[in-house]
Amino acid sequence: MAGFDKRVSSYEEALEGLADGMTILAGGFGLCGIPENLIAEIKRRGNRDLTVVSNNCGVDGFGLGLLLEDRQISRMIASYVGENKLFEQQLLNGELEVELTPQGNLAERVRAGGAGIPAFFTATGYGTQVAEGKEVRDFDGRNYVLEQAITGDIAIVKGWKADTYGNVVYRHTAKNFNPLMATAGKITVVEVEEIVEAGTLDPAEIHTPGIYVDRLICGTFEKRIEQRTIRA
Amino acid sequence: MALSREQMAKRVASELKDGFYVNLGIGIPTLVANYVPDDISVMLQSENGLLGMGAFPTEDEIDADMINAGKQTVTARTGASIVDSAESFAMIRGGHIDLTVLGAFEVDVQGNIASWMVPGKLVKGMGGAMDLVAGAENIIVTMTHASKTGESKLLSKCTLPLTGAGCIKRVLTDLAYLEIENGTFILKERAPGVSVEEIAEKTGGPLIVPDYVPEMAV
Repeated sequence: MAGFDKRVSSYEEALEGLADGMTILAGGFGLCGIPENLIAEIKRRGNRDLTVVSNNCGVDGFGLGLLLEDRQISRMIASYVGENKLFEQQLLNGELEVELTPQGNLAERVRAGGAGIPAFFTATGYGTQVAEGKEVRDFDGRNYVLEQAITGDIAIVKGWKADTYGNVVYRHTAKNFNPLMATAGKITVVEVEEIVEAGTLDPAEIHTPGIYVDRLICGTFEKRIEQRTIRA
Repeated sequence: MALSREQMAKRVASELKDGFYVNLGIGIPTLVANYVPDDISVMLQSENGLLGMGAFPTEDEIDADMINAGKQTVTARTGASIVDSAESFAMIRGGHIDLTVLGAFEVDVQGNIASWMVPGKLVKGMGGAMDLVAGAENIIVTMTHASKTGESKLLSKCTLPLTGAGCIKRVLTDLAYLEIENGTFILKERAPGVSVEEIAEKTGGPLIVPDYVPEMAV
């Protein structure tokens, strides 16, 4: 009897049902808090024509950058695509469609998606390219742009630790987009560094309650650092 | 003499007040953190979710799970908190940040700012800049007054795609500190040794020059 036990036994099982053409929501900011093993599994599975929603698209050879190598991503919704040569090349070739979204709008669109709110008004982007074609409304003398929520077929999330019921805690700034993505996937898959027995985490400390989590797996992580800055 | 990047950062730092929550963009704005006066305390917000950014870590302190919005490894200062990206931008959008400092390519007399895209060049994305300029009340833009080829970045109308419309009121350049009001730039301070004439010549948009324009203290 599985009950609330969200654990699965393999990465293969974790992404069962992922099909070509689906929308994937991926947590992480830069390379911080990315679900690196789940991304590697998507590469192994070879699904194509994917729409990926993530703040960034990894780097060459790591993170979501891996999925660009075999042209698995056809559409990307992101705020900053950064220093990624393959991304640049596929964008310029027209192989990759990109919807650039202000970072706060991206976060709020996903949060709204997970919370059952179809759209919201925000001042961000008013009078700029990102507002083109979108409804604008005046509230108390200021103009706001209607932004639509984002949901996905599968959310891939990186947590620090979780209990067997899928209650997840994130570590430091590896939290970023992860708790948001976790709420907005039809299927939410979370990989963590440690799984503990239900009842051992303080209920008040939980960042993502198990209600949002469908599958849970424990992995080992490289945690690559993008900008290694130290003080003397 | 035009201000150095460090002098610009120092001038911006003089706007900081004790107890301020501040968001600093990439480039010159980042340097502002080095010039926080000793007698005040400010909390730096990094939009990836860190409120209370500290110094860079030592070799031993480096932690892949602890970065700032520039993806640099950092530490958290005393009293810091860490939130998810939606809450981080709720702080910004909700007007809770006391001062935002960011760079730009162009600013115009309507308070428009262009900072994220040059058509024909590769576009890397706006990141959090559009949210920051739309959400913050108190913004200082830092940039050079003119491009390397001498073209003014303070214009009647921005030529590049906008980051935000009607949201900029204060600009610090390497030559001057200016404010924007009623469709014009107002020259408030000039860099030490820089003449009003030079500033006027390098300002593309309408400029009001008061009778007395003090040199800034840097």
